Formats: sequence, structure tokens, C-alpha cells
Amino acid sequence: MIAEAGLAALWLAAGLALVQLALGWGAARSGSAELLAATRRVSVAQGVLAMLSFGVLILLFLQSDMSVQLVAQNSHSEKPWLYKFAGAWGNHEGSMLLWVTVLAMAGGGVALVERRIDGKTLAATLGAQAAIAIGFYAFILIASNPFLRLNPPAPEGMGLNPLLQDPGLAFHPPTLYFGYVGLSVAFSFAVGALLTREVGPAFARAMRPWVLIAWVFLTIGITAGSYWAYYELGWGGWWFWDPVENASLMPWLAATALLHSVTVLATRDGLRAWTLMLAVVAFSMSMIGTFLVRSGILVSVHAFAVDPTRGSFILALLGIYIGGALALFGARVSTVTQGSTFQLVSREGALVLNNLLLSVILGIVFIGTLYPLLAQAMGQQLSIGAPFFNKASVPVALVLVVATMAGPLLKWRRDRWGALGRQMALPGVVSVLAFAALAALSGSSDWVALIGLALAAGLAVASVLPLWKRNLRRTPLHIWGMVIAHVGIAVSIAGMASDAAFKQERLVALRTGEATTVGPFQVKLADVRPAIGPNYSAMQAHLDVTRSGGAPFVLFPGQHYFSSPVTTTSEAAIKTMADGQLYTVLGEGTGDGRWQVRLWWKPWITLIWFGGALIALGGLMAMIGRLRRERRPAAGAEDGE
Amino acid sequence: MRLRHLIAALLAMIAVPVLADSALPPAELAYSQLKDPAKEAEARKLMETLRCLVCQGQSIADSDAEMAGDMRALVREKIAEGQQPAEVRKWLVERYGDYVTYDPPFSWLTAPLWLLPLLLIAAGLLIARRSFGKSDPTIEGEEA
Repeated sequence: MIAEAGLAALWLAAGLALVQLALGWGAARSGSAELLAATRRVSVAQGVLAMLSFGVLILLFLQSDMSVQLVAQNSHSEKPWLYKFAGAWGNHEGSMLLWVTVLAMAGGGVALVERRIDGKTLAATLGAQAAIAIGFYAFILIASNPFLRLNPPAPEGMGLNPLLQDPGLAFHPPTLYFGYVGLSVAFSFAVGALLTREVGPAFARAMRPWVLIAWVFLTIGITAGSYWAYYELGWGGWWFWDPVENASLMPWLAATALLHSVTVLATRDGLRAWTLMLAVVAFSMSMIGTFLVRSGILVSVHAFAVDPTRGSFILALLGIYIGGALALFGARVSTVTQGSTFQLVSREGALVLNNLLLSVILGIVFIGTLYPLLAQAMGQQLSIGAPFFNKASVPVALVLVVATMAGPLLKWRRDRWGALGRQMALPGVVSVLAFAALAALSGSSDWVALIGLALAAGLAVASVLPLWKRNLRRTPLHIWGMVIAHVGIAVSIAGMASDAAFKQERLVALRTGEATTVGPFQVKLADVRPAIGPNYSAMQAHLDVTRSGGAPFVLFPGQHYFSSPVTTTSEAAIKTMADGQLYTVLGEGTGDGRWQVRLWWKPWITLIWFGGALIALGGLMAMIGRLRRERRPAAGAEDGE
Repeated sequence: MRLRHLIAALLAMIAVPVLADSALPPAELAYSQLKDPAKEAEARKLMETLRCLVCQGQSIADSDAEMAGDMRALVREKIAEGQQPAEVRKWLVERYGDYVTYDPPFSWLTAPLWLLPLLLIAAGLLIARRSFGKSDPTIEGEEA
């Protein structure tokens, strides 16, 4: 019965979304306080019902109710509870239900806490949020019902792919979804503001915490996903420019631009139209990402054409929402004045440059991801990968690093070239010296990576300069957040560049007892023996490692063989040290008593994810700082920070 | 990521026996490096830009698929023989089509790819110009 209860809750939530749209429309037109109050209540109720429905699905998975088709197809009664739990969203229907649940929760959250913007705009915002939800409720109820019954019930479930049974991966999709769908609030705010033409600092301050929290979730999700790919795929790569990765990177790029432009709007009442545009683009990228991942189009255009129901449905929703929002933007943009102007050399100027460069990178990722699909649809086979993305985006990103150095050091509205020069002197000197030292001493000829390292050093210095001569105790939390996030970018870039410039690779076939070297390490294959895991058999290598001048240690990389479905996975063994990671993989036997062994020494690579964590932490601090500051009654006016 | 992994596993199951004879041990150069570090670096750089045809979005430099191993061995052999990376790429493109290279040559088909970023920068600068006010010496900067 509870599956039917979950379905009923979902229908009710969809119905309430319709009511919410109607009420929100009415409240936005009439400005009636009663209608707005009703819209708020319906939004909260819709969020609660969606959560209830998703809770039911989790319960069905935890109970291993094999009379529900989705459970039977994606779970197994003897799976650990964590993977039963995570199995609820480890499939198409469940993940779409999670998607719409987060959407409804975000709407309910706005309805509960938002008191800062004017009533009409809020009503229009809640109406827009409902309008998005309706489409996705329809998609789930018509094309992806997670509560479908199986008659007769299956005796046992088919299990979850062993590759997905990883604690890190269990929480990767929800983290990304909170980010993706959190951006829906920014989208709805923008639509609401376009409808009522109330675009100003108050609106920006209301929208900013939502952008920040979504961005923090996206940052965490992307960072964690990158580390998962790194240790799970067994070749030492940490970013593949894979379309699914790009689908998460595009909303992040747009949200990064948005959270900077929304600050200009909040502080200086500038960049009005542009901020609205970015808010629309950011969530559009989330929806496009969902379409790419969920429609099957990435496998091939042909796979999409064979079963186009779901893909076409999402594509139609994309057309309606993105097209609708852009049409509204086009119709109303002329009535939204650009706001305060400013000089080229100013904080705003640097933020405009930031936005421009982030948008260019977004454009590069967007066209590089979609172009092969376009070509395929026109009958041309084409592969776009790392060479294109790196060549096109890295130079832009390096200029962006320089802009990131300068931005926080500039005054609002207007600054002088001379003052900028004095401020940039120290980071500039650090960068130049770092580059000279690296070029002379490192022995690497990867110039782009060395420039990246040098600029990262300069950025790290420039990022803490805003704290110079400040009373650190009285420095607002959001300034600390900015400093930490910018330092995080420097740290992350240093890790990426260091991996590119200094990684050492050793691919060999060894007999037991034989040794090889990689970087400063001597690695001996002491033994390879079979092992048995809970649901796999394995071959496990015993590596004796000594670092020149260091204590010896052992590593146990292995190969895991799963029987259902038949899968072999390489389980890398990674030794993390203060200055990098030794990454070891056992490959297959070569048939003559030797084993393939893959070794990488990756100096400072952990900085990539450590930096990602700092960026997320900085975003979180900025959000908390902003919220605390706005709670204080005296803080009505921004003080230019 | 998850999707790719699943599909790679599926494809590996279906496609590999057709494309490579699993009974044969993989060629030595599929999993070991060339003796000459300069040649190996050249080969490595090339392999990173070649697509594993049976994988979902992976280069042959980081794939466990047998066909990727065979292609790695082939690339290393040809580089060791003294062929230029461009020649090897051309040879592979002739056999497998443009699909095999992640670094497509500039052509009428790929031109929009490279032009779009430039157009974006140009359009962005034009739009940004509107935001900047006229130089007005009476405006004083505000302390950050």
C-alpha cells in the first residue's frame, strides 16, 4: 500500500503546484497579502508532499519491496543498507523524483524564510517555481513513474552495479542535485523580478544566499566526483572532459559568474540585466545537464532516437522553460535599466571581466559538449575531447586568474591605474619570481603548467592582501569567505599544474620479486595472490615501496572480479604523503608469469581537491556572513564590501 | 561518471570479443613504456588525444579495454619506428575516421568550434563597454 501512498503524495504535490501557480499569478497581479500568504502555505505543503513521496521511495528500497518494479530492477535484499538507501536515487526514476523533490523543497524554503523582497515579486517567484515543478511532475507521472507495481512480485532484486557501490558515490548525486536545483530559485527570482520589474539591491540580496548555497553544493559535488573518478578509474586522471562531467561544470561556471554579478547588483545596483540573464542561464545549464544525462543522448544520437519518449519530453520542457524565460527577458530587458555605471578600473570592472571570461569558458564547454551531438545528427562523426577543451579554455582561465588577483584589491566605482599597479606589485613580483625559479630549476618544459603554478602563487598572495591592515577580529565573515575561496582557487590550480608538469609514470610488467622505480620511489612486486571479498573474487598485489631517504611502506593494489554483472575493476592503492600521492594499480597477468603494474608519482596532486574544499568552505562562510549581517537591523545599507 | 562506467562495462562485454581476440595475450607495448623517454613522452601525448573506440568517452591512454591496449601498442611501435605523431594520427584517421581523434583538424566542420570562443569574447567586450560610464573626474572611488 505504501507505494500507492507515495504515488498519491506525488499527484497531490503536482496538483498543489498548479494551485501554487494560479495563486502566485493572482497575488503577483493584485498584490493581495491574503493571496500571497496562501501561495506561501501551498508552496510549503507542496514541498512537504514531495519529500513525503521521496521518503516513501526510500522506505520501499530499505524494505526491499520486490513488488515495486524499480526496487526489483535496482536493488537486492542482501545489499548493505547504505546501498539500499542510495539505490533509491541510483536509477532514472528515483533520481528524477529526487530532482523534483529538491525543486519543491527549494520553493517551500523560499516561501518559509523570504521576507526581504516585495510581495508581488515573491508571489511571481513562487509561481515560476511552481511552473517549473509542474513540468517535471508531469514528466515523472507520465514517463518515469517510480512507484510502478510488478505483478507477480519478483522473488529477488537484480542488484546494483558493483561499481556504484561506493560510499562516496552514494552521496554524489544528491549533492549535485542540491546544487543544480538550488539554482532554480535564482531562475525563479529572475523570472519574478522580470514580471514585476523590481530589480535592485534588495532583490539581489534576497537571491544571493540561494546562489551561494547552490554553488557550494555544486563545488562539493564536482570536487568529490573528480576524486572518485581519480581513484576509481585506475589511470590517475582526475578530469576527463566527459559530457557528464561537463554537465556539472556548466552550471558551476554560470553560478560562479552569477554570484559575482549579484554582488555588484547588491552593492552598487549595477549589472541589473546581466545578473537576470545569468540567473536564467545558470538554471538552464542545470536543466540541459539533466537532459544530457537522463535522455540517453550521450550514448549516441541513435540510442536517443530508438526510445525518444523521455528525451523528447525533457527536451520539450527545456524548450518551454528556457525559451519562455529568454522570451520574457527579451520582452522586458529594455525596461530594466542597466543601473549605476562605473569606470573600467574599478571593482565592478574586474567583476565584469570575471563574468566575461567565465562566460567564454562556459561557451567553450557548452559548444565542445554539444557539437559532437550536432555533428552526429548531421551524419558526421566527430570527437571533441581534452585537446580542444584545454587549448581553448586554459588561456582564458589564466587571464581569469589575473583578474581574480586584481578584483578584490580595487575600489568600487572608480580606481586609478597607479593604485592598481601598487596593489598588484607584490603578487606580480611573486608570480614572476616563481616562474623564473620554476623555469630554471624544475626541469619541466610544460610552459603552460609552469605559468599556471606561477600565477597560482601570485593569486595566493593577492587573495590575502584584502586582510592587510585590517583588524582580523572585526573583519566580516563574508570577506574571510572571499579570501578563503580565492586562496582555494590558487591551491587547486597549483595541484592541477603540478600534476601536469611533474607527474611521473611507470608502466611495466613484473615477475614477483622484481622491482622498478618511479620518481623517488623504488617499488618491488613482492607477491600477487588471490583474495575473496563479500561479492567478488580478487587478485591482490603486495608492493614493497621505499622512498629514497624515507621509511619503507607497503601497498596492496588489486583487481576485483564481479560475477553479476560480469565486471572487472582495478582497485588502485594510493599512498598519500605531504607532498603528493603514489598511485599504484595492478593490471592483468601477461600470460608468462608477469603482472602489469602501473605506477604514478603525482607531486602535490591532493591540492586539487583540498583547494576545492577551501572554495566550498569560503562560499559557505560568505553565505553565513551575509545572512548574519542582514539579520542585524542596522545593516540595511551595504557598506561596499 | 556513473553512466560512462556502466556503458563502458557493457560495451567492453559486447564489443571486445568482436574486435580483439581475447585468447591472445596483449602486446607488450600495450602496457609497458618505450625505452627512450623522449619517444615515450611523444607517444603518451599522442595517445591522450586518441579515442578508445569501444569506450564511452575515454582516450586510449586511460582505458582498460583490449582494443585500447592494441592501439597503444600500435602507436608505440610506430613512434619507436621513428614516425611522426601527425603521421600516426593520419594513419589512424584513414582507418577509423575522424571519430578516432579527440583533436579534430581545423575544417569547415570544426570551424564554428574555434570561432565561437572568439565571437563570445568580442560580443562580451561590446556588451561590457556599455556598462562603463564616461570618464568623470568628479567621481571618487569608494574604499573597499
